[in-house]
Amino acid sequence: MTLLIGTRKGVFVLSPDAERSTWELSDPMFLGHVAQHVMLDPRDGRRMLAAMRTGHLGPTVFVSDDLGTSWREASKPPAFHSGERLARSVDAVFWLTPGLADEPGVWWAGCSPQGLFRSADGGDTWAPVDGWNDHPMWETWAEWPDQNTPDGSMLHSINIDPRDSNHMYLGLSAGGVFESADGGADWHPLNAGCQVVFGPDLYPEFGHDPHCMRLHPLQPDRIYQQNHCGIYRMDRADARWVRVGENMPEAVGDIGFPVELHPRDPDTIWVFPMDGTDVWPRTSPDGKPAVYRSRDAGDSWTRCDSGLPPRAWMTVKRQAMTTDAADSVGVYFGTTNGDVWASIDEGDTWRRIAEHLPEIYSLEWASPA
Amino acid sequence: MKVRISTPLRSYTNAAVVDAEGATLDELIRDLDRRYPGIRFRFVDEQGRLRQHMKIFVGMEMTRDLSTELDPAVEVSVMQALSGG
Repeated sequence: MTLLIGTRKGVFVLSPDAERSTWELSDPMFLGHVAQHVMLDPRDGRRMLAAMRTGHLGPTVFVSDDLGTSWREASKPPAFHSGERLARSVDAVFWLTPGLADEPGVWWAGCSPQGLFRSADGGDTWAPVDGWNDHPMWETWAEWPDQNTPDGSMLHSINIDPRDSNHMYLGLSAGGVFESADGGADWHPLNAGCQVVFGPDLYPEFGHDPHCMRLHPLQPDRIYQQNHCGIYRMDRADARWVRVGENMPEAVGDIGFPVELHPRDPDTIWVFPMDGTDVWPRTSPDGKPAVYRSRDAGDSWTRCDSGLPPRAWMTVKRQAMTTDAADSVGVYFGTTNGDVWASIDEGDTWRRIAEHLPEIYSLEWASPA
Repeated sequence: MKVRISTPLRSYTNAAVVDAEGATLDELIRDLDRRYPGIRFRFVDEQGRLRQHMKIFVGMEMTRDLSTELDPAVEVSVMQALSGG
């Protein structure tokens, strides 16, 4: 196994020994480039995609088939149609999701502004998903032309139902959660029960700010989201989000960016709470970093801070938490101050396995072939 | 004609100065992309707009107008403003 780290200044690979006790950090790849998301294709364990840009240059996708030893650029990176009515251009490729096992070569990309793109050839050429990008409601659902998120409004959390590749979910920051039942040809909001505290209507149909949404592969009708306004769970048949973050300690609250799933237990999740009070510092509440774990789908939570510093001001971004598939699941998170923390006992104890990296944007566990 | 390429784009050209042809800046950049596939999209977006932090000089004159007509004797420089930190 290995951890793929996307940072504001390049890509790193962090590889453990068999016991996950000693970790070796690679040299930087693409040093100085912004690596928003780096993923290994779980279907073949070989193809790696990196969503890249730099401060100067436009967005693109790089592809590697040798775990980063060599890279080549997508011959047709994600881009809106030239000459389209809204004259949109992709500013950043923000999120990558591989397709299902029976769709080898399919990848999805979420971008800023909030466009959706699809590749059918392993990331070499990308096409706009017109059903989303040109949906009659897109200009209403998406943040356009004004973008309120500091680095641009983004489309993220592309989740594919493992039983049916036509059934998809995505998240807009801001905009809310949306669902498609026909492979992306049409979409509808899926935000009932989810709160918005930054507008006049507490429960609008859309306009929410999901930070990260995950669908459990073994129980695909169970969806979790860490929202700007709390931690939520949906059992799809109910079509209503339940704020399980209300079960968090009041002093900690239920604001954060990532939510991570246990690979085999749909009831176990991890979050990394952040301070969403006052002017939203987005650091650990009261400067006391902790992961919170639930074993019962959010009905109760356990504080997991053994080994973490008693006083620190950590921020963990929405793509910067991941889990491995070991018998005792490893949980990992990367901070904006460039440290990677690991727990190989499902969150009970933590230790730092890399430090002094650039600001970490994404962390993905990968299992190379 | 000669085109000067600054460091962020040299992974495409492997050279600081390259040859390309075109009667206008737009044609020149399209020719550059034929010679060095992918380079155009890194500094011109899908709507044909020069990206925010890019600067192009025709001789000593800076322009963002890709319809600018070119004199084959005058060097073009593809540069970047400062960005990042």
